[in-house]
Amino acid sequence: MMTMVWWQNLPLFMIVGALVCAAVCSVLKAKAARAVMAALSFLECCGMGVLLYFTLTKNESFVFAMGEIGAPFGNELRVGAAEALVGLLFAVIMFLSLLGGWKQFSLDIAPNRATLYGSVFCLLTAAMCAMTFTNDLFTAYVFIEISTIAACALILSRNWGRTMFAATRYMIMNLLGSGLFLLGLSMLYCLTGHLLFPQLGAGVKELLAANRYPMPLYLSFLLMTLGVAIKSALYPFHTWLPSAYSTSTATSSAILSSVVSKMYIFLLVKIFFRAAGTDVFARRIEDVLFLYAMVGVIAGSVYAIVQRRMMRMIAYSSVAQIGYIFLGIALGTEAGFAAALFHILAHSAAKSMLFLAGNKLRSAADGQDTFPALRGTAKKEPLAALAFLVGALSLVGVPVLGGFASKVFLAKAAVELGGWRMVVVLADLLVSTALNVGYLLRCALTLYRPAEDTEARPAPKTRDAAFAFAMIVLILMNLGLGVFGAPVLDWIQRGIAMFV
Amino acid sequence: MMKKQKNDRFASFLDWLENGGNALDEEMQDALREEEPEAPGKQKREKKKKSSDKTADIAKKPRKAYADSWWYRLLAFAVAAALIWLLMEAVDRMPRFGAADTLMDSELTEFYVEHTKEETGAMNIVTGIILNYRGFDTLGETHVLFIAVCTVLLMLSIYGEQDEKKRLAQGALERYFEPHHDVILQSAARLLTPLILIFGLYIIANGHLSPGGGFSGGAVLGAGLILYQNAFEYRKIEKFFTYKTFKWVSVCSLLFYSLAKGYHFFTGANHLDSHISIGTPGNILSGGLLLPLNFVVGCVVACTMYALFTMFRKGEF
Repeated sequence: MMTMVWWQNLPLFMIVGALVCAAVCSVLKAKAARAVMAALSFLECCGMGVLLYFTLTKNESFVFAMGEIGAPFGNELRVGAAEALVGLLFAVIMFLSLLGGWKQFSLDIAPNRATLYGSVFCLLTAAMCAMTFTNDLFTAYVFIEISTIAACALILSRNWGRTMFAATRYMIMNLLGSGLFLLGLSMLYCLTGHLLFPQLGAGVKELLAANRYPMPLYLSFLLMTLGVAIKSALYPFHTWLPSAYSTSTATSSAILSSVVSKMYIFLLVKIFFRAAGTDVFARRIEDVLFLYAMVGVIAGSVYAIVQRRMMRMIAYSSVAQIGYIFLGIALGTEAGFAAALFHILAHSAAKSMLFLAGNKLRSAADGQDTFPALRGTAKKEPLAALAFLVGALSLVGVPVLGGFASKVFLAKAAVELGGWRMVVVLADLLVSTALNVGYLLRCALTLYRPAEDTEARPAPKTRDAAFAFAMIVLILMNLGLGVFGAPVLDWIQRGIAMFV
Repeated sequence: MMKKQKNDRFASFLDWLENGGNALDEEMQDALREEEPEAPGKQKREKKKKSSDKTADIAKKPRKAYADSWWYRLLAFAVAAALIWLLMEAVDRMPRFGAADTLMDSELTEFYVEHTKEETGAMNIVTGIILNYRGFDTLGETHVLFIAVCTVLLMLSIYGEQDEKKRLAQGALERYFEPHHDVILQSAARLLTPLILIFGLYIIANGHLSPGGGFSGGAVLGAGLILYQNAFEYRKIEKFFTYKTFKWVSVCSLLFYSLAKGYHFFTGANHLDSHISIGTPGNILSGGLLLPLNFVVGCVVACTMYALFTMFRKGEF
């Protein structure tokens, strides 16, 4: 019987703490609710950091049974280096998004809504932790539900007709995704009789070895993959994405683009690794994914190029970047998964910064985000423009930034694999990098071009310390991921080794 | 100039491909166009005007909606049919229900049937499973209800605190067409509501002994409240159930649930003595945490049902 060390209780405290905060937030005043949000997300960062430190130094994962009876009869959490690392990133991004959108938040959201927003934010934090740590497929589904509704609330928190429209569209597409996931999950449960990942994986292996029920087994994984693909906006299912990301308040946009959609992908990685096994069987699903991802990388960039508004352009670039992540997963090798996880980190760091900075620039341009209106905003908001530039360069893949490292890792993984996949991935990387330069740098340069009206309006001096802090940390994160790419990748690989 | 127009047309084509060009989208696009800033400089403004005239022409022409075209419908039908066929085929190939030698018939079911009674103190195995073995899932599930209410509140609270008058006026307008003083409904409600509420409490209290529990009992309680609210006007139910009551009841229930369950998880995982005795299975006061947890789940479910109904009917709480 294993006894728990103090830090091994942290996952439980983080989840229950977030749930308690959610309940408390709904009866507080707006200001207190915001303080609770900030404190909670900061504590989550600390907790994740401690978990990462200990899992890496001890070099092993641990299981936390929810209740006195553990596997396979009760619920379980499981934490390894990969979970802690991805969780740390999510927690940090949530904290920084909150700080970066702090000022915008009080402008966009009425006080009577701020308390509800606080509850929803805390519940999303709980869902993020639980989905990252869970060792159980059904628990994952429960928290998928919570995060879906929470994301809707984040979108429509800003009282604006267009956010309502975006939230409706988001709801319809994402409920379809959840439904498909649930279908696949219940079929899998029927076949294997288990919901916990280790037992599920063993069951799948047994069935495959005996060649029993191959078709339902294949279909159940396909349905789950499809559900996750819809929820994380893989190319043909991305229609909910642009309006959802571009209309809501800054904090919501950053969280939605860098945390919510990535949680599902991390869950899919866990399913592939721990339930499906990375053998011939999963291959067949990965082929389908590969096709979509391949097209998505290019199509997302093409959509982004033709946009006339900055926020929609950033939103569409997410479609392309999600394509990269799925491309890594679809390679099916360990190196491919590691590259995909690294791209989750790099893209989250860059995209949340782009959204936060973009929102700041939009308000500097009097709420306009068409490209002509944005000219000269760099003078009014130098830090935001710098952050935007760094984020754009990172996504394009300029050396010493996170995006470059992740592209290199993806190319390396493809070269290792060889064959036609290598050719496709390399060609994809080449074409989409060219397209990225086209739209991201064009936009970044627009910011630095002088405004057309020479009668320069006196720039209102706004000091926003929280925003400045968030931007500086995010810029450092992007640099750090680029410079220390190799050690981070090593952590991810060690985490993946702990999966099995 | 030519090139720019071409690019615009391409963009609108892509938009159309993606959005299906339905009416709402066009409205949205029009709104977007209106918002575009007037560029300074006379020449620029003229250009702008030209292009906006052009877009206005395009908008005037009734465009056949993407979703109405026959090929789109055919495609949608084909995709749905293919998915249905695939799922039917899969169901046909799944192990038969109750068949022997499947993995479904595993150690799990046997374990639950044999151990639930002495380990959790529940005569009703389902309650034992959902509140004890898989208590974490149920904790999440209860919060799904809470977040649903929060989101609907967020969606409907379109008037800020300063527009109190507007909000009240809206509420009064919504209630204007409702039937008042329906004698049949009122006498029936007077008779039935107490019975329904007592029955709901009975289901909750016996959750660990007989079929039922927090979720089903809470639904019955909520239905009773809704009946009462339908028969009498809001003023009557607001004597004992207002937004404040709702808020405090749900918050206290959720807090108790999270903390109690957190304590249970903590002691369980660390193999500590939780000091919660199971009692004699079969007694009403037994099962340790099961009875209070059933009560708080019941409160949350009843509040949620009532709140959702009220909010969608009244537009506010």
